[in-house]
Amino acid sequence: MYFESLEALLNMAGHGPYVWSCYGLFFALLGINVWHAKRQQLKALKQVKAFVRRNS
Amino acid sequence: MTESSWRMPRWFHQMGSPKWFYGFAGILQPWFAIAALGLLTWGAVWGLAFAPADYQQGNSFRIMYVHVPAAILSQSIFLGMAVAGAVGLVWKMKVAFMVARSCIAIGATFTAIALVTGAIWGKPTWGAYWVWDARLTSTLVLFFLYAGIMALNQAISERHIAGKATAILAIVGTINIPIIKYSVEWWNTLHQSSSFTLTAKPSMPADMYLPLLLTVLGSYCLFALVVLMRTRSQIVQSQSGASWLMQHRDITGA
Amino acid sequence: MIRYMWAIVRRDLLLVARQPAEMINPLVFFLLVIALFPLGVSPEAALLSQTAAGVIWVAAMLATLLSLELLFKLDHDDGSLEQLLLAPYPSWSLVLAKVFVHWLVSGLPLILISPLIATMLFLPSHAVPTLMLSLLIGTPTLSLLGAIGAALVTGVRGGGMLLTLLILPLYVPVIIFGASSVAAAAQGMAIGGYMALLAAMFVFALMITPWSAGSALKL
Repeated sequence: MYFESLEALLNMAGHGPYVWSCYGLFFALLGINVWHAKRQQLKALKQVKAFVRRNS
Repeated sequence: MTESSWRMPRWFHQMGSPKWFYGFAGILQPWFAIAALGLLTWGAVWGLAFAPADYQQGNSFRIMYVHVPAAILSQSIFLGMAVAGAVGLVWKMKVAFMVARSCIAIGATFTAIALVTGAIWGKPTWGAYWVWDARLTSTLVLFFLYAGIMALNQAISERHIAGKATAILAIVGTINIPIIKYSVEWWNTLHQSSSFTLTAKPSMPADMYLPLLLTVLGSYCLFALVVLMRTRSQIVQSQSGASWLMQHRDITGA
Repeated sequence: MIRYMWAIVRRDLLLVARQPAEMINPLVFFLLVIALFPLGVSPEAALLSQTAAGVIWVAAMLATLLSLELLFKLDHDDGSLEQLLLAPYPSWSLVLAKVFVHWLVSGLPLILISPLIATMLFLPSHAVPTLMLSLLIGTPTLSLLGAIGAALVTGVRGGGMLLTLLILPLYVPVIIFGASSVAAAAQGMAIGGYMALLAAMFVFALMITPWSAGSALKL
């Protein structure tokens, strides 16, 4: 590891807040995208399943 | 363009069949999910904890490992959206329009990430969150282009019309992006707001650029994953009632 | 086809002549926006003359956008657009004719009153010919690019705001080179390069608009 301690990794010589907020934002926003796409998929399948049940 | 002027390979027309695309995308989907998760985690951990700090910018340069993939993806997704739209318009392929529409949200997300991380990176580097730097400014314009396409999609309720409108707008936007970029860069040199661009590095040691390669590849996989998922849901919505879908294991299974 | 386009131009000009408000409103809007800047920023001559080029170009852009909303909308609402598209001529000829009228009605008046505006904003008088020339090359580009957006939002509810969102990003290069040319002329620098770039953008818009607006109309 480049840093000597976990504290140094979090602090990053003062740049910690900037770096960590960027990484947090990156993963949070991308996570939301995947989650939303998954939900859309499940919703679409559920609708079709309901359609099948009604017509059988 | 006449139908027989270009002979496209068989897989190309197969991709245009909703049934075939649905099945093929279903096979690819988990692999992209694993690859995206693995590459992004690997790249982020490497970039955060193991890569050496930059001699000039110190640790704030680690933001590069998320900022640069977001910036690259924001442009490639727009291009991809235009290509998918053009395929849809030329070969009248419905699936291509669905792919184009699936690109909008994820593309806008990557653009927003590029903008915000660029601004956060700017604080320790330039001393201000926002500088009218050429790259940030043209990314902002790109974000506006995405916003316009998004708004147009919200306003048009009919799916196939929205798909074609998206395609036209994406093509026009893609043709314009190089002109916008050039004009903004030129404008920037005229006003000389900043002489120091964030990511202009002549050479980087392998320890510094390999994590970047990982996060860029991971971002591409994540983009592919989201587009496949969204396109599949659109196929399900539009093919409701088609017999192949009714007998598909996603519907009949538990 | 020329006759078809000519017929559309004549018809649209006649419609404007019967309802001159359509032509005057954007002009008043233009003047109003210009008048707001000294009120909002400062009436100081030194500051105004520095910002004049940008202000005039932004105002011209907004005035163009305002009138673009109706480019195809009126014809769409009364059904004549559908008839015009049924004519045995390519849809781009319709687009070009419409854009030409739009420029005559909204772009040309702006150019004609721009010397007046320039005086109000203390733009150096030797920059006025450049201002007019840049507007002369730039406003047709604005009308052309705007037609793409106007065609896309035809038949969409609340299209005006949407049109602005779609088109303003595409206007970025035009405003950069248009405003810079005037600023350069005010400082006594050469403007040939700017005019060439503006002309190139006009040609470029002329190439992409007929196709894209034409196919957007047929959606």
